[in-house]
Amino acid sequence: MLKPEDKIFTNLYNELGWEIDNSIKRNDWKETKNIISKGREWIINEVKTSELRGRGGAGFSTGLKWSFAPKEVGSRPHYLVINADESEPGTCKDRDILRFEPQKLIEGCFIAGYAVNAHICYIYIRGEYLNEGKRLQEAINQAYKKNFLGKNACGSGWDFDIHIHYGAGAYICGEETALLESMEGNKGQPRLKPPFPALVGLYGCPTIVNNVETIAVVPTILRRGGKWFASIGKPKNTGTKIFCISGNVNSPCNVEEEMGISLKELIEKYAGGVVGGWENLQAVIPGGSSMPLLSKKICDKITMDFDSLIENKSGLGTAGIVVINKDQDIVSCMARIARFYKHESCGQCTPCREGSGWMWRILDRVAKRKATFRDIDLLSDVTKQIEGHTICAFGEGSAWPVQGLLRHFRKEIESRCREEPLIKKKIDNPYLVDQHLLENKNA
Amino acid sequence: MPKININGQEIEFEKGMTVLQACELAHVEIPRFCYHEKLSIAGNCRMCLVEMEKSSKPIASCAMPAVEGMNIKTNTAFVEKARKGVMEFLLANHPLDCPVCDQGGECDLQDQSMFYGIDKSRFVENKRQVKEKYMGPLIKTQMTRCIHCTRCVRFATEVAGVPEICAIGRGENMEITTYLEKAMESELSANVIDLCPVGALTSKPYAFEARPWELKKTESIDVMDAVGSNIRVDSYNWEVKRILPRLNNEINEEWISDKTRYSCDGLLKQRLDAPYIKKDNRLQKSSWEEAIDLVFNKIKAINSNEIAGHIGDMVNLENALAFKKLFKILNSNNIEFREKKFYVNSSEKINYLFNSSIRGIEDSDLILLIGTNPRHEATMLNARIRKAYVQKKTPIFSIGNPGDLTYDYTILGNKSDDIKKILNKEVEFSKKLLSSKKPIIIIGESTLSLKSGKYIFEEVKNFLNKNNFIKKDWNALNFLPQNASTVGLIDLKILSKENEKDYSFFKKLNNSEFKLLYLLGSDNLEFKKNNEFIIYQGSHGDRGAEIADVVLPSPAYTEQNGLYENLEGRIQECKKASYPIGEALEDWKIFNLIIKKLNKTEDLSTFNLLRKEVLNSIPNFSKLNELPVYKDSFNKNNETNFISDDILIKELDYFYTNSISRASKTMSECRQITRSSKKTGTDN
Amino acid sequence: MSLKQVHSEQPKEFKFSNENLIKAEEILKRYPEKNRKSAVMPFLYLAQRQNNNWIPLAALKYIAKYLSMPYISVYEIATFYTMYNLAPVGKHFVQVCTTTPCLIRGADKIVKLCKEKISPNENKLSKDGICSWMEVECLGACVSAPMIQINDDYYEDLDEKSTIEILDSLIKDKPLKPGSYRGRKNTAPEKKQLKNGENYA
Repeated sequence: MLKPEDKIFTNLYNELGWEIDNSIKRNDWKETKNIISKGREWIINEVKTSELRGRGGAGFSTGLKWSFAPKEVGSRPHYLVINADESEPGTCKDRDILRFEPQKLIEGCFIAGYAVNAHICYIYIRGEYLNEGKRLQEAINQAYKKNFLGKNACGSGWDFDIHIHYGAGAYICGEETALLESMEGNKGQPRLKPPFPALVGLYGCPTIVNNVETIAVVPTILRRGGKWFASIGKPKNTGTKIFCISGNVNSPCNVEEEMGISLKELIEKYAGGVVGGWENLQAVIPGGSSMPLLSKKICDKITMDFDSLIENKSGLGTAGIVVINKDQDIVSCMARIARFYKHESCGQCTPCREGSGWMWRILDRVAKRKATFRDIDLLSDVTKQIEGHTICAFGEGSAWPVQGLLRHFRKEIESRCREEPLIKKKIDNPYLVDQHLLENKNA
Repeated sequence: MPKININGQEIEFEKGMTVLQACELAHVEIPRFCYHEKLSIAGNCRMCLVEMEKSSKPIASCAMPAVEGMNIKTNTAFVEKARKGVMEFLLANHPLDCPVCDQGGECDLQDQSMFYGIDKSRFVENKRQVKEKYMGPLIKTQMTRCIHCTRCVRFATEVAGVPEICAIGRGENMEITTYLEKAMESELSANVIDLCPVGALTSKPYAFEARPWELKKTESIDVMDAVGSNIRVDSYNWEVKRILPRLNNEINEEWISDKTRYSCDGLLKQRLDAPYIKKDNRLQKSSWEEAIDLVFNKIKAINSNEIAGHIGDMVNLENALAFKKLFKILNSNNIEFREKKFYVNSSEKINYLFNSSIRGIEDSDLILLIGTNPRHEATMLNARIRKAYVQKKTPIFSIGNPGDLTYDYTILGNKSDDIKKILNKEVEFSKKLLSSKKPIIIIGESTLSLKSGKYIFEEVKNFLNKNNFIKKDWNALNFLPQNASTVGLIDLKILSKENEKDYSFFKKLNNSEFKLLYLLGSDNLEFKKNNEFIIYQGSHGDRGAEIADVVLPSPAYTEQNGLYENLEGRIQECKKASYPIGEALEDWKIFNLIIKKLNKTEDLSTFNLLRKEVLNSIPNFSKLNELPVYKDSFNKNNETNFISDDILIKELDYFYTNSISRASKTMSECRQITRSSKKTGTDN
Repeated sequence: MSLKQVHSEQPKEFKFSNENLIKAEEILKRYPEKNRKSAVMPFLYLAQRQNNNWIPLAALKYIAKYLSMPYISVYEIATFYTMYNLAPVGKHFVQVCTTTPCLIRGADKIVKLCKEKISPNENKLSKDGICSWMEVECLGACVSAPMIQINDDYYEDLDEKSTIEILDSLIKDKPLKPGSYRGRKNTAPEKKQLKNGENYA
């Protein structure tokens, strides 16, 4: 349980006002100049001490990531890019930070920018969050007015500017290199790695890309000390985390809690419990749609942190918890997720382009009881043929949920499949059943 | 050199290589679709996956830089499984229509599915259908077959310099298309057909003509321009079905121009298949005997100094030499090969070569074009300039305005005065030029045909010589000829001294001093016909035959062996891929017929003797296919007078430059399209 | 009808309005001088806003020229990202999130209502021509599911009743206020107990 005084995002529901004067009352921008004056080394070390792991999904050590940026600025400027392209189904934490705690993010940007030698920071917000972007822009303007940003920001001697760049409806731009491509005015197709963005990123310059939540907790960590942050949660899974609890719960909500809190406690205490009671729980997607789902048996005991979820063949991801109770058809739910991935695949590399649609079609047939037993193994093969063979992690993201389904609900799937092959019956499965439906029926 | 371990074998590799390239060094074959040596790395087909120690995932070898101590395995079950998986995805939505696909037999997907395909498709969903796209008269599309390797996209943007192909949409709905389905405006467009690893982009003119295994393949040389691109001529019986590029990194790399590739249908049209004689004001078929008799009688009746010969743009060296010999027998030295007056100084070989070499363009750090449009005059050379521009950001300047060259350049002026200022170091640019290490100055025929042509050429040469830019390891002086025969004919000393200097041939021609004009494959000579008796000897019923009194049929470049000297001075061999049409005879054989008639049997030539003599008479010759030997310039200061001139670049009717391309239906279509797009002025 | 298919009726010309020209220059200042291309996405937004929420071909050309990019790249980008409409949409453009978190709270019912109230097909204008709707992927407001986006605004915590209200007044060209339709403070937890199998939407 997180003690109230350890909460970082105290205005997550906008009870205290998002404006800069209100947030200053909540200790934002307190002693920022002092923090900067302690130097880069100290900042990065303190973040390393806090054991902060990236909140965007991969859970990479933030301090370590910052230390990859070249120590000296060469001929190319450094950039800080904030990934606010929050599009993972089940996740809506960054939205609340952008709306209600913008100063935490802005201050974080300034400190992180200083730590990685960047004078310019771009915040890449998904295009649908237009209002959130406007709010953030207002907050940035307020910060400029107080001289927290701009030339000699905060009186620290460091010049710092923040610009907003809107996405335009492409989940893949949440992948850091796709995001950079998109910022450069290209299609959002992930780049080949190596080289990594820390050395060759935006405009070919060293670039650090961080998630909104990661950056927004940094000022508090530095004010209260890395040790304080590390003392919350479990070893190597430290600090607080915003959990988004959605789906079949009585009261879906966002809530900041300690890392490693038990899933059941989270759902019962904050989200009003599963609709129909805990026994009515069918499955939980613990970390946004790309993480494999958990069966009820696991949900009974699991704690929400990176490592214990990996042990259970899933992951914390973005901590977007989607609760699915027994009233739902689990196959349809996952087929819809597969459709999401089919729709969002950038189409660059073969396994993902061809495989994501294939998975969706098989799942769709299973949901409609038009599949055979052989399709189950085929589906499993397809997921394995995608996984690990793509340019970016989207391949895993699309394959894992289906693998999770196969792992925990194979019986359920088998009960919908029949022995006789599909070919006996003439079944009209249109190729594109999608919002981008072409005119022709079977186009 | 760093070492890498591939399948247990230690291999040294050069720094900067990728794992795939290192594997090639080890003779380990890696399947690939998207990777192409001459294009940027996309890494999207995922076919080249290999196993790397310490990596749980297979890696794409085309994109992974090779690093000292890497341990790569390509022959494990892990790798095979990964590749089989990728192959299944590639085939999932690929229509298995190989029997009706023109790529069949030379299809990468077909070949590799032999190794990595499964015997039976598991994809029971409906396959994706993609609408055909229009890409112009050369490229036939069948986009359902596309595997989205994006080679064509990368080629268009990187090599051709016309970003007109792209992939729209995303995910499985991604489609390759041109902007709103317009024809691609590039002279290199058809190379995407070779690049396409499947049958999505195939050749429109060649559609359903033949299967690759039925064709006889002859390695030869292109004669559409002076570059001497290396080609492969594919023929079926006597018919040339298609022309493909042959890899030669010194000249054309892996590309050829659309004209080189598609003029070949002109080899089937407008052909001269028998001798013709003008009777009742029209050409009528006759026999060889009758025609040679007529030629003989005319020669006898006309004074030798009133006999003149003109050699055309695609005549090989053997035939040209035989022609020169014939004229020696006829006691005439009125031979010319220039189609218009332009300044030639044949005293030293460097005066009429592209001395920096085509490959040298890549090393250059400054390029100055003087009155030339390389895009139209030497397409492949222009592609090399673009390569330098893209990869090395080589600055390019021009005097005169050549229009769109597919790269950016700065126009320094358009008068000969501007050149004078540069040479006199009166302008800022002179400093740039002098401080460059490997400059290239390219002088076009348009410049040399000006009144100031002599001045410009000689003064530029003096300038470069004085500033140490004409040396063995770097020669900045370059002449850009337009015709395949030009350089070789200068070497063969076709031009007499006075003709070279004073254009006596043109003077006499214009004063109608000639009574007999022998056109050897010459169709581009512009003059007003008076009472000359004209013999046209060539392959096509084109401009020359139109005005001729006797027409003697001879083979086209694909139908006889012969040497050509390209603009760099490389002697290359054009090979016989097909047979002369009808009664056509090789040019030297026709000359023999005439000589025999003149009762001079001792001067009859054979092909082997001609070739020997040609090779002996080429100055600075080193070896076939190689650059000539460099000889120090003896630095004769030619006195020249400055003349103020506008430097106008004569625009070529690109798709209609010679008799073969004028006979080609495909070239007419291309010409039509460029013309109409110019007329409507599609603001592109 | 797909919004990614180039519309058959195209205006001949397109130019940024004076106001947008100023904005465009402002936008360009955000990016390094030699990376003007970065402004292509914001420019497409400007064009879309100026032209009743869809982008005509003339605008693609205009932007390409403005940023000295090849047309084809701009076209590519406009077809890659889903938020650029290449065909007209309604003045009130309803986007229904139907991804799993919304789906399990009844997004399909909202889709059904849209079909009834606006038009039977996606991206077809309603009879009076002021509304159109489409299904979209996750809009990132999962704890407020089900939800819809009308133009720029999110309408959250919907149920059938509130959706009918929203759509009805929308058709009358009187859009209601955005935000939560269950009267809660943003994404805060509520004290609420739903019964087994209860409808949300």
